[in-house]
Amino acid sequence: MTSGIKDADDKTIRELGEKIVEAKYGNLFQMYEKIVDENPYKTPMKIYPAVHYTMGGLWVDYNLQTTIPGCYAAGEANFSDHGANRLGASALMQGLADGYFVLPYTIGDYLSDYIRTGVVSTDSPEFDDAEKMVRERIEKLMGGRGIHSVDYYHKKLGKIMWNKCGMSRNAKELKEAIKEIAELRADFWENVKVPGEANSKNQELEKAGRVADFLELGELFAKDALERNESCGGHFREEYQTEEGEALRDDENFKFVSAWEYTGEPSKSVLHKEDLVYENIELKTRSYK
Amino acid sequence: MKLFLKIWRQKDAGSKGAMVDYTLDGVESDMSFLEMLDILNEELISKGEEPVEFDHDCREGICGTCSLMINGRPHGPDSRITVCQLHMRSFNDGDEIVIEPWSATAFPVIKDLIVDRSAFDRIQQAGGYISVNTSGRPVDANAIPIEKEMADKSFNAATCIGCGACVAACKNASAMLFTSAKVSQFALLPQGQVEAAERVENMVRQMDLEGFGNCTNTGACEVECPKGISLENIARMNREYLTASVKG
Repeated sequence: MTSGIKDADDKTIRELGEKIVEAKYGNLFQMYEKIVDENPYKTPMKIYPAVHYTMGGLWVDYNLQTTIPGCYAAGEANFSDHGANRLGASALMQGLADGYFVLPYTIGDYLSDYIRTGVVSTDSPEFDDAEKMVRERIEKLMGGRGIHSVDYYHKKLGKIMWNKCGMSRNAKELKEAIKEIAELRADFWENVKVPGEANSKNQELEKAGRVADFLELGELFAKDALERNESCGGHFREEYQTEEGEALRDDENFKFVSAWEYTGEPSKSVLHKEDLVYENIELKTRSYK
Repeated sequence: MKLFLKIWRQKDAGSKGAMVDYTLDGVESDMSFLEMLDILNEELISKGEEPVEFDHDCREGICGTCSLMINGRPHGPDSRITVCQLHMRSFNDGDEIVIEPWSATAFPVIKDLIVDRSAFDRIQQAGGYISVNTSGRPVDANAIPIEKEMADKSFNAATCIGCGACVAACKNASAMLFTSAKVSQFALLPQGQVEAAERVENMVRQMDLEGFGNCTNTGACEVECPKGISLENIARMNREYLTASVKG
């Protein structure tokens, strides 16, 4: 932006700095100001790390196809690219890479076998089963005893995850989290309150379906974290750290991706280990020093 | 603080709606406007009433989902922000706040404060894209250098989040600011030139088909746009449209 100013004084640096920061990050600074009610150009910003991404996702093969034939998962929804860590703006990377380089080849290849199939009839036992399952689930959500709102459960789950399954976790608290989430899930299905009707626009019902899923996924997170006896990437197990407090990996025993097979209950999920094979790079400990 | 809310309630597109009064106490100034509505809904649910339905998603001002008319202004009293970024410190204890959905023929109400904005999707589908060869040898993006000034203008047009505040603000319910932003983001770049003529023609045709009103250069859209999309884009779209029709 500038061709360089030699021996700039303090005032010039500040003036120039604000303009450059505004050009690059004006939208973020405005967002901050609206939330915190302080001018971030003049006042030091208050920041803290927060969980906003889970690294994992749906299992897919190299063609980005899930375990359901014909059902593809692209972008952040799948587990394929990030490993145990993920840097800022990588959401775009995964969306672009999957959409630009992978799917144009793989989906077309899959569809080529079905191009003459025509309309698939819903008159089949598989469709009937799926429809029945969805209807029963909706009826169950609508027919709870109506004691607590969906948000009540969502917040409780969030608090358990935040306190016991966050960036820094330990075996004792993970075990507690697994128990607490299982209890909360049972409570949810018994006592959730979903107002309104099932056959009209109903945001509480939509939310209830998602929170029901979170209540299973949350427990699986904790189970996965508990079984991985190492610190790796963004996942810090307090028991596994160097003397200096850095993450301590265990490549001998945990050099694999954990792919969990759904069987209904999170506690009964089946672990499939996918070995991580490095042919062209050497495994090293990353140091920021 | 204590607030007196007047909120539009409507069961569905076919039912008649009405303003309903609610009193909400214990609202804090550092809450966002949507958090305030969350609290109202918690109260309504606990009383066995149906919560007020409103659109929201990212709550970071980026997705363009939230859409409330607050005291007659799209996204409320503060400028350059969406409702989710509006905080209760912009209001005072004892205030009366009127909350309505976007009002436009092309945006029918789905329920309460939620309107159907799929008309915008159809305008996008009519031409809001460029064709890129993704198989074989894709062209490296860095192979086409673009001046910073043009890149910035295109980027600014592309910051349109498609919330529909421009339509809600316009006395004619015109979608010119939205459509022109979507036309401009490509018209300003070399990648957008191949389909330039058919893009502007198709998108304008779809915009008219959806039943949006005409532009009378009032400029209310630019004032209320949370992303500050400039009226310049409308002028550019008009030029693009004229060029396309002459070349016809």
